[in-house]
Amino acid sequence: MCQVDEEYNGQLEHRVTPRVSKKCVKCKENTAVLIIRAGDAFCRGCFKEYFIHKFRAMLGKNRVIFPGEKVLLAVSGGPASSSMLSQVQEGLSRDAPKKLRFVPGIIYIDEGGASGQSMEERERAVAQLESVFRATNYHYHIVHLEQVLSLPSSVLEAGSSATEKPQTGSSYKAAVDQFIQTKKNQHPDFSVENAQSHLSSLSMQKVENGVTSPITPEHTQALQRLFASVRTLTAKEDLLYTLRQHLILHTARTQGYTKVMMGDSCSRLAIKLLSNISLGRGASLATDTGFSDPRYGDVVIVRPMRDYSSKEIAYYNRMFDIPSVFIPGLDTKAQDKASIQHLTESFVTKLQTDFPSTACFTAVAVLSHRGDCRIRISRRRNECYTEACTLKRD
Amino acid sequence: MPVLCSSCAEKRAVLKRPKTAHSLCKECFFWAFEEEVHQTIVSAQLFKHGETVGIGASGGKDSTVLAHVMKVLNERYNYGLKLLLLSVDEGITGYRDDSLETVKRNQQQYELPLKIVSYEELYGWTMDAIVKQVGLKNNCTFCGVFRRQALDRGAMMLKVDKICTGHNADDVAETVLMNVLRGDIARLRRCTAISTASEGEGVVPRCKPLKYAYEKEIVLYAYFKKLDYFSTECIYSPNAYRGHARTFLKDLEAVRPSAIMDVIHSGENLSVREGVKMPVQGTCGRCGYISSQALCKSCVLLEGLNRGLPRLGIGKHHRLHEKILSQQPLTQEEERKLKAVDF
Repeated sequence: MCQVDEEYNGQLEHRVTPRVSKKCVKCKENTAVLIIRAGDAFCRGCFKEYFIHKFRAMLGKNRVIFPGEKVLLAVSGGPASSSMLSQVQEGLSRDAPKKLRFVPGIIYIDEGGASGQSMEERERAVAQLESVFRATNYHYHIVHLEQVLSLPSSVLEAGSSATEKPQTGSSYKAAVDQFIQTKKNQHPDFSVENAQSHLSSLSMQKVENGVTSPITPEHTQALQRLFASVRTLTAKEDLLYTLRQHLILHTARTQGYTKVMMGDSCSRLAIKLLSNISLGRGASLATDTGFSDPRYGDVVIVRPMRDYSSKEIAYYNRMFDIPSVFIPGLDTKAQDKASIQHLTESFVTKLQTDFPSTACFTAVAVLSHRGDCRIRISRRRNECYTEACTLKRD
Repeated sequence: MPVLCSSCAEKRAVLKRPKTAHSLCKECFFWAFEEEVHQTIVSAQLFKHGETVGIGASGGKDSTVLAHVMKVLNERYNYGLKLLLLSVDEGITGYRDDSLETVKRNQQQYELPLKIVSYEELYGWTMDAIVKQVGLKNNCTFCGVFRRQALDRGAMMLKVDKICTGHNADDVAETVLMNVLRGDIARLRRCTAISTASEGEGVVPRCKPLKYAYEKEIVLYAYFKKLDYFSTECIYSPNAYRGHARTFLKDLEAVRPSAIMDVIHSGENLSVREGVKMPVQGTCGRCGYISSQALCKSCVLLEGLNRGLPRLGIGKHHRLHEKILSQQPLTQEEERKLKAVDF
């Protein structure tokens, strides 16, 4: 026995473990500080560049946001939407000629009434977020979910797009050039950056900032009664999502925003994709998880964080101190099988650890990104989005 | 207070239906199950009067129930079909040889003619020999591809007009989920079709009459009817990729039983835009079977096995097809990549 050990001692191979202390694959000079995707090591500077570049490339490639447009950023306080907010700040503040040119506004929807939080907890979360929003100097709206009960029914109808939407890329370029020209002509002394802040300050003065009408306990109780009438957690989460969409849409319409940016990361979209298939919503897969969702007509929803995995976002937020607030939701601390969405989430995260490329990039990227072009949906079936309500059970 | 059947309200309920959670007595459950299969057949117009139909029989619960239900419905509704059993012997010891005994017993019980085709006589390889060469990971590909062709060859030998297989709702839902996870758009479009395309020579169309029947209901049906079937899993199945989709689907069913039908519904409604490049159906250069590439998949796999390069069929090697067709030797680099992975 002892002899066997001595014999094999010299011949045993040691498995080479991958170490983070290798060189960055991009600049090949600095030491890498993190590994993302399937083994790409990046140093701090290159990672920041990579991260920022992906955001700009996403917007630039798709060319749906025209210069001077009012864009509503839907921020939930979680890491992905906080990251999106910081990217927008980053993009708007640069002096580079290719900086982003739109007028941002922020919306936060306080869902504490549905998830059973007390008023103090909700106010605390709102205060934390308000301090984050104030630091950005953008116009922000804080809307309570209770207000969805008093929305007019016109929110259910798809509006027609207000302006003639040019379809080709060349008209986008023409629009951008025209924008730069008009800015230069109007204020020959100002740089484009000053004109931008001038525009945003104008919009801030016009409308009151911040919180919309305060809510009463009766409102909260009405909302809680609505959610209690829904029997399964799956349906409750679905309902919450729909109500949230309606509120965001209503705010966008009344405040004159033509685009809404949602902070759905690639992982979140992969979960959404699989849950929607399990719920029977295969027909609307491309618009639910694709880059742009034009079903509402006058307001287009875009998802610029589509290519970021949750791991990348977490690393970026930690390394560059992006503030985010954790707010418990409907399915926090729920069991794995409590709802279809929660089950899908645990399935996708487990799959992502074992097969890093399967869950996130294959499912979402191929089906929705390439499949944005590939998966056609008949227009008739998807124009009415109350269809989303009739597909709910229980 | 005993629970009464919710359908006839006379007899006591003996089971709760997995699909709808109704409490039913035995006869009402049989009637409901058979009626649903009948509706599936009629609304999809699967069969024409006077056709010869081959039932893909493996001896497992799905094909046993399929054979039984087809026989019952053929008599009850006068489909006018000539039914026969078609079985494939893959050469997996401890699994296939036992299940074939079950099929032979089925033949006597249902009084249907039986034909057995084996991999050994068609290709010269059994699954055990293939697994020895390929390893435990990608062997389901070999088995599946060879079996499709074996079924078709057997059907042509018997001059059958249509083949029907016992794929149930769980199978179709798993396939949808698996194709989503792999990003396989071409297959996604086809996998929910209830019957395959029927044009072309040398192609026998295949259909799935049990497409909307839950696996649990099939088991209940077989149990209550006391049907004779073989119930062991294939010994190579634990390592298959399909296992992930299967576990997920079973969990979904536990949360919401209608999820299986919802997944199938989603799969049916996913359609691909025109103008997207889809594989075109042609014929294989070597054996004349249908294929979307120059060589059909089973010729490629066989070539790989015979040359000792088992990874020839796994992954994308379109450029090598011409080389194989013209009998050119492969370069050193290509050979190295195609050898089996050493563990």
